[in-house]
Amino acid sequence: MPESSLRDRFERGLAAPICLTWELTYACNLACTHCLSSSGRRDPRELTTSEAKKLIDEIAAMQIFYVNIGGGEPMVRRDFFELVEHAVAQRVGVKFSTNGTRIDRAAAERLARIDYLDIQVSIDGADAATNDRIRGRGSYAAARRAMDNLRLANFGQFKISVVMTRDSVEQLDDFEALARDYGAELRLTRLRPSGRGADVWNDLHPTLDQGRALYRWLLARPNVLTGDSFFHLSALGNPLEGLNLCGAGRVVCLIDPVGDVYACPFVIHDEFLAGNVRENGFAAVWSDGELFRSLREPTSPGACASCGSYDACRGGCMAAKFFTGLEMTDPDPECVFGHGERALATKQVAIRPHSTPDHSRRVSVSLTSRS
Amino acid sequence: MSTTSIDVFDESSHWELSPQVSLRDEAFGALAYHHGNRRLVFLKSRDLVELVRRLGDFDNVSAALDELVSSEQRARYVAALASLHRSGLLSA
Ligand code: SF4
Ligand code: SF4
Repeated sequence: MPESSLRDRFERGLAAPICLTWELTYACNLACTHCLSSSGRRDPRELTTSEAKKLIDEIAAMQIFYVNIGGGEPMVRRDFFELVEHAVAQRVGVKFSTNGTRIDRAAAERLARIDYLDIQVSIDGADAATNDRIRGRGSYAAARRAMDNLRLANFGQFKISVVMTRDSVEQLDDFEALARDYGAELRLTRLRPSGRGADVWNDLHPTLDQGRALYRWLLARPNVLTGDSFFHLSALGNPLEGLNLCGAGRVVCLIDPVGDVYACPFVIHDEFLAGNVRENGFAAVWSDGELFRSLREPTSPGACASCGSYDACRGGCMAAKFFTGLEMTDPDPECVFGHGERALATKQVAIRPHSTPDHSRRVSVSLTSRS
Repeated sequence: MSTTSIDVFDESSHWELSPQVSLRDEAFGALAYHHGNRRLVFLKSRDLVELVRRLGDFDNVSAALDELVSSEQRARYVAALASLHRSGLLSA
């Protein structure tokens, strides 16, 4: 089967997701300005330990090979290790994303003993000043301490994960050097206007020139991971590594801390809510949810129909369009040819939806005053 | 992890799907995931999935191909198995 027909097949959906993200909690001890899930306060309706274990059993039965655990800060949950151990015992691999604040020496040692576990430590700048502007005072030092502890505990290769902003995209070589120092893998992802990201996206998303530079940098480094984030840049020429399609509801999916199932981690909004695992379990939502069925229908290229690069970029990211107030048939707001910017500029009224659930803390507290 | 990947793949030897690999059926074939090296591989036909599943039941790869694959298709399937082998999905 040629690659393109495999991609068509993917667009019609799979028996189970490949990339399932499960956010364990909305609680977080940081308050990053671009948080995709507007996290901060725990939601009292979050899944209990036994509900969470039942969900893991279902994930194992569906042969979902691994689950991406995020939050909030997943390590804030008291049953964090219990759940991770429950998953890996059934060979459901865990890839979890953390701000690193809870990885002290003891936690690092415990993490190092678990098979099938990958860790991503998030930073948003190659130095404290750049990072802490987004993630809060003291957060860079905390993340570096976590990395040091993982190294001391012989965890092995972990990942350093960075969201590309107008500032961090200027530090690519520094991130690469930092990853090399730790023997870590570097993972770069796209800033989307989701959650609190909506508030900062205008000022922080990379410029078109920066996008082009990032594309060239990534093309030369196929080993840098991107989670398929930057496929809109593939319109510039040779495709980047990955499937180069929007997998929302087809190969990608999010389960949020209260068990709500959304099409992707970047669309926490009623419009993309497919159901809840508490009703009939996750498999029922995945295979029969009305929203997912409609996402698996062929999409119209809309305004992108006449673009010679449509096959490479497929009109870009649904979340980025939705939260900037564009239509699904409009080009991506960061379309490499500037069509998205023009589409935004011509809208008389751009209604920019906000993520429906918002768990931001009402007063943000700096890390240093809390630890 | 996969010491096998440094060995050479040859049809006269016994190979089987590594015990570290899980297969999940899909309409196009199957997904294969290696829990050790974390590689995800797409098996793009049902026949290939069947071959990979049953490979271990035969004394060697040739015998499996004789039984499960037509002679015109043989070269394609050898190439597919060799690429699975390079990804560490097969063990001796
Ligand atoms: S016009 Fe549409 S398909 Fe073409 S590059 Fe822009 S977003 Fe992608
Ligand atoms: S909506 Fe955007 S972030 Fe979500 S799967 Fe599609 S391309 Fe990826």
